[in-house]
Amino acid sequence: MSEAIKTDVVIIGAGPVGLFAVFQLGLLDIKTHLVDILDKVGGQCAELYPEKPIYDIPAVPLITGHGLTEALMEQIKPFHPTFHLGEMVTTIEHLDAQNFRVTTDGGKVFETKAVVIAAGGGSFQPKRPPIAGIEPYENKSVHYAVRKMDAFRDKNLLIVGGGDSALDWTLNLQPVAKRLTLVHRRDDFRGAPANVGKMRALVAAGSMDLKIGQVCELEGAGGQLTGAHIKAADGTISRVEVDAMLPFFGLTMKLGPVANWGFDLKDELIPVDTGTFETSKPGLFAIGDINTYPGKMKLILSGFHEAALMAQRAHHYVHPEKRLVFQYTTSSTNLQKKLGVK
Amino acid sequence: MPKITFIEHDGTVHTVEAEIGSTVMETAQRNDVTSIVAECGGSCTCATCVVHVDEKWSPVVGPPSAEEEDMLDFAFEVKPTSRLACQIKVTEALDGLVVYTPAYQGR
Repeated sequence: MSEAIKTDVVIIGAGPVGLFAVFQLGLLDIKTHLVDILDKVGGQCAELYPEKPIYDIPAVPLITGHGLTEALMEQIKPFHPTFHLGEMVTTIEHLDAQNFRVTTDGGKVFETKAVVIAAGGGSFQPKRPPIAGIEPYENKSVHYAVRKMDAFRDKNLLIVGGGDSALDWTLNLQPVAKRLTLVHRRDDFRGAPANVGKMRALVAAGSMDLKIGQVCELEGAGGQLTGAHIKAADGTISRVEVDAMLPFFGLTMKLGPVANWGFDLKDELIPVDTGTFETSKPGLFAIGDINTYPGKMKLILSGFHEAALMAQRAHHYVHPEKRLVFQYTTSSTNLQKKLGVK
Repeated sequence: MPKITFIEHDGTVHTVEAEIGSTVMETAQRNDVTSIVAECGGSCTCATCVVHVDEKWSPVVGPPSAEEEDMLDFAFEVKPTSRLACQIKVTEALDGLVVYTPAYQGR
């Protein structure tokens, strides 16, 4: 286990609400680290609708998900948050009465005085294909991510999908694999045209196989695949030798580890107090789409409000000795100094 | 108002009224057709509102756009008549439309 990173607050989720929490906490001299499973900031705004317009941000008649993320990053710059992207928080434990230990699947450990769960709909995780009997093979010979390329050396490898991930890994793993087969439902690829060209050249040279169809059945035992059946559009079924399969069908939101953190969840949401946005566990807060309370609306603007109230309460845990004086950014020289405008 | 029939994987049938100008996805959500997930809320970015359009209706509904076809790559058990419900606009011509919803939308 690596050495613990000590901070005031760990924010789980770097979507719009998690980002704005940095601002509200920053105004109260509270330092933050953010952890997000995606490899980029913005959460759903970045993953699901970067180019789609949002019309209900107060005083901003129209902004895209990408634009909103960029603007928030600019707004929180004075507070120098630290981002830990591509990592998922797995556990939150009480270290002692005042401190929590937060760990990630990437092996990072934080010691923090409060935790803000801004996890939206949970964590984005790979979609699992609905192939009957796939479960026993998962993480043994069916993988949704490549950790070490060498794990696929000299294996009969089946890659499924037509997007950038499927094509990238096809090109990267083709030289390593014994034989690589790419399966896609149509003979047209959404991935980068240059990579499509490279893949087609490998097929033309006989260095790999491309099959058009959908995987319908798996063969193997004890978690080890031996073959897969592929159904073409005309209904004909063919078989390929398979030692390992990599399906790439994009991401979907799953509740994930939040379910294991001991909250009394309501419909996969964390109940909170609406004065503080604290959960039933002191020092643990939940803001944005992940929380629930009477009248809750899953709107970005609601999450922003929740972040502001949360910060007031979090201040008690981080700076218990300091009295909190309410100030406006328009007039407080103290706040303006923190924002770097004075 | 046009009527749309959703036939779920388990055989549950919902025949509901659809507002002209809305989408088939929105119609499903307003009427608690829970097998339409619509994770992204209708942005054509998640492929969790897949419907298999009844073969008789497929020519009326028409084919997916290039963007939608790309998104269908992230769906499962895609058929020639499969569409994303968020990309089908309700018109008078769709009165009586029948669509089948899959057992699994990826979540």
